[in-house]
Amino acid sequence: MTMQRREFLQAAAAAAGLGVLAGCATTAGGARGKVVVVGGGYGGATAAKYLRMWSGGSVEVTLIEPRESFVSCPMSNLVIGGSKTIADVTTPYDALASRWGVNLVRDTATGVDVDRRVVTTAGGRSFSYDRLVLSPGIEFMFGTIPSYRADAARAVEIAPHAWQAGPQTVLLRRQLEAMPDGGVYALSIPLAPYRCPPGPYERACQVAWYFKRQKPRSKVLILDANADVTSKKGLFTKAWNEEYKGIVEYRPNHALADVDLATRTLKFEFGDDVRANVINVVPPQRAGAIARTAGVVTANDRWCEVDFLTFESIRGKGVHVLGDSTQSASGMPKSGHMANNHAKVAAAAILNALAGKPANPAPVLTNNCYSFITDKEVVHVVSVHQYDAAKKSILPVPGSGGLSPAMSELEGRFAFAWAQNIWADALM
Amino acid sequence: MQAIMAIPVLALAATTAFAQAPDANQARDMAATCANCHGTNGVSRGGTDSLAGRSKDDTASKMRAFKAGTRPGTVMPQLAKGFTDAQIDAMAGWFASQPAK
Repeated sequence: MTMQRREFLQAAAAAAGLGVLAGCATTAGGARGKVVVVGGGYGGATAAKYLRMWSGGSVEVTLIEPRESFVSCPMSNLVIGGSKTIADVTTPYDALASRWGVNLVRDTATGVDVDRRVVTTAGGRSFSYDRLVLSPGIEFMFGTIPSYRADAARAVEIAPHAWQAGPQTVLLRRQLEAMPDGGVYALSIPLAPYRCPPGPYERACQVAWYFKRQKPRSKVLILDANADVTSKKGLFTKAWNEEYKGIVEYRPNHALADVDLATRTLKFEFGDDVRANVINVVPPQRAGAIARTAGVVTANDRWCEVDFLTFESIRGKGVHVLGDSTQSASGMPKSGHMANNHAKVAAAAILNALAGKPANPAPVLTNNCYSFITDKEVVHVVSVHQYDAAKKSILPVPGSGGLSPAMSELEGRFAFAWAQNIWADALM
Repeated sequence: MQAIMAIPVLALAATTAFAQAPDANQARDMAATCANCHGTNGVSRGGTDSLAGRSKDDTASKMRAFKAGTRPGTVMPQLAKGFTDAQIDAMAGWFASQPAK
């Protein structure tokens, strides 16, 4: 059978509510309606799939996402270190349409009318909904860096953030490849909360892994606005003191004040300027722009507060917000795994609501976060979060969760298995 | 501090999960937190065990052993401690009912 014919048959099966959806039809529970999902990251893609799967195809789902493929932030530090390519962390969206019958719209959502329940796009289309899911990830607060205000697009070509995986990841890798041995790579980390707490420290390890093998006279300089390492401190510190001794230097309390783009110099509120060959500036972040447009940014003018039973915005009726854009509960990291778990709680609650039923009163979330120290050796932090009705929050279960005792190749294999399984769970 | 905290929160988790009107899909929803590593509906894409179609006793007894610290592991001993025994039984039962594929 040719590819086209097979894809056509899969699409036809999905459209007819057959194929993979047929086996799940018993769980539909009478839900009918239209859901629009904005943003195809870990949260939005998972929500789109699970809404279709758990409704047995009875709920119409439209996913609005401008990119052709999903590029994962988790594992993308391996692309920066050079042990993986961008293709290794890229998954097409096709299966959401062909296997699950999601209506994929390659466009950017630009407007939300919460009262009329309509989303409009840059391409001039509009989509009505019964329930809206916003999973827009982060946007950068470029205005906090004076030299970025005139032309942020140009600034990030000189000083890549690489904090949304894709072209920025490749650009940072190219800059590191072009850097002469003996050069300095400087990484500026914003104050928490930001996307992926251990991500910057893993990135420092991956760049150091590359330098140790290819450019051994080079240095990694971590300039952290926080007072200390914000995640897996003991494990990262051990790596910098042992595996990468003489390569990595960590400096806390380095809040970025400005960047001299012409000389690649970082300036700080306190501390000496740092001039480097490659400057990787991760700016402060807030909820993606469409959340502001929808009027659901309610915390510190940055994040979206939600009801943790449903992930419905505390302000926008019928608008559910997932992932990094949300105001995190205590102990809840901004991670891809967490966004995937948010999506399942929201999908279940939306299907119950569309069937006239109350939400599950006891949602559970997990978080599994692997960090690569070398190309193969990995450390983890995991947690389990259960709903606390008195506090109306989802909180870590005391006595559960924890860290690796040390880095290991066994955990490296589990990390790759995690990636394959969660990508499939969200997209296939 | 952790020991003091543990009693009310675990008790609360148990009461909210099982004393209130149960949601028909509660086991499915909890089991979905395993999919990130063990695959959608417990059908693994590789590198981890598939849970779909395994006997309830097999999955539940392994989870209890992880929770008790008698079965070695990396993340599972730490994750298993986050679930009540009743939740473990509910998830194990749900996976047992899934087609192994």
